[in-house]
Amino acid sequence: MQHSSLYTIVFAGIVCVVCAILVSSSVVSLSTLQQTNAALDKRKNVLLAAGLVQPSEKLTPAELNDRFRVIEPVVIEMATGMIVPEIDPSSFNQRKSVNDPKTSQVAPPNSSRISRLPNHTVVYQVFNDSRELQMIILPIEGYGLWSTLYGFLALGADTKTIRGLTYYQHGETPGLGGEVDNPSWKARWPGRVAFDDNGQVVIEVIKGRAGSPQESPYQVDGLAGATITSRGVTNMLQFWLGKNGYRPYLEKLREKQPPS
Amino acid sequence: MNNLARKTVLDPLFENNPITLQVLGICSALAVTTKMETSMVMCGAVIFVLTFSNLTISLLRNNIPSSIRIIIQLTIISSLVIIADQFLKAYLYDISKQLSVFVGLIITNCIIMGRAEAFAMQNEPTMSLMDGLGNGFGYSLVLIATGFLRELLGAGKLFGYKVLPLATEGGWYTPNGMMVTSAGAFFIIGGFIWALRTWKKDQVEEEG
Repeated sequence: MQHSSLYTIVFAGIVCVVCAILVSSSVVSLSTLQQTNAALDKRKNVLLAAGLVQPSEKLTPAELNDRFRVIEPVVIEMATGMIVPEIDPSSFNQRKSVNDPKTSQVAPPNSSRISRLPNHTVVYQVFNDSRELQMIILPIEGYGLWSTLYGFLALGADTKTIRGLTYYQHGETPGLGGEVDNPSWKARWPGRVAFDDNGQVVIEVIKGRAGSPQESPYQVDGLAGATITSRGVTNMLQFWLGKNGYRPYLEKLREKQPPS
Repeated sequence: MNNLARKTVLDPLFENNPITLQVLGICSALAVTTKMETSMVMCGAVIFVLTFSNLTISLLRNNIPSSIRIIIQLTIISSLVIIADQFLKAYLYDISKQLSVFVGLIITNCIIMGRAEAFAMQNEPTMSLMDGLGNGFGYSLVLIATGFLRELLGAGKLFGYKVLPLATEGGWYTPNGMMVTSAGAFFIIGGFIWALRTWKKDQVEEEG
């Protein structure tokens, strides 16, 4: 059927307007629900890293929030390690802050392909009933083979012993590098020690098998067939526990503690 | 008429399956079938998009100016895909995270535009809706069967529940690593095509 040009333009215009209305109303009406989901998902991953939720558990949002009560998010200044009480951690947008030159800076050369570092970041502190620090949970990220891996590292109150490591977003090969998600590999982390007695970051993912945390406290089993992802994990731990990462904050915590 | 409707819905299952006979929509069939859960959600999204795009395009078929018909089809299809993606993010967040870009890539799934152009542009709305459902089911049948084999053989699980005890966890089954990679899906889908063409000889293409 032959139509006039005017008809064609008007028809295209009507289709566009109708489709735009449908799409935007679905986006707007569902956005609160989606944001709640994203926030819950992040909380779940913090709890997973801390070992307060097991990967096999299916929790309702209420149960998840209940477990999260022991965890206290705080905003710290990366360079000094000081807690910044003025910034509300629940409204702090890290991804936005890291892209803004006013609130971030160019990262020093590193093997994790981290290009910018935020001035501030959210960390999570876990307290017991008598307000003693039990654990800290630090967000980490770094490049593996194909993608940037985003995750959380949980350290004990001594700031040296690893309590858990989990990744919530990555694009590594399923079955190879993607095995960073494997619960039995993640179970090998708790009890390992990140720093040696001189305060150097020594934890590494080795090729092959490491012993128990007592036998080889500084080494973790490599992922079979995923040398580069394994190296990426080592690199990002080295970076984030180092002086450009959380070292100032960890040192502040050590000062507060009585020498054991 | 009733017979015709039934034929429209059932033909794409075996006689004229979009994946095994027309070999369309392979990319998503490789990408999302590592698990049953993701396969089924993907199928639901494709059935939704395919049915409604066929219906809408068929309703408009006599009014769409032929010079811009492809672009109109794409606009309608992509709107439906975005709506489906938004719903998944709102109600099935975990699975939508695993499906990542592949829901968005339904836009480029050849089955959907193929059916819009080949069927919905020429047929009345009811039949187009049936055709959308039928092709959606045909696509789903292959995806779910592939997902079943890949999750079972690749991870020893179904719907995330352990079926075959893994050797790494003290059981007897050593998972087949190829099944979790896309190459595994190629073998499975190739196997389906071979089996179907052995059963229905008229689907075999002539050599020449």
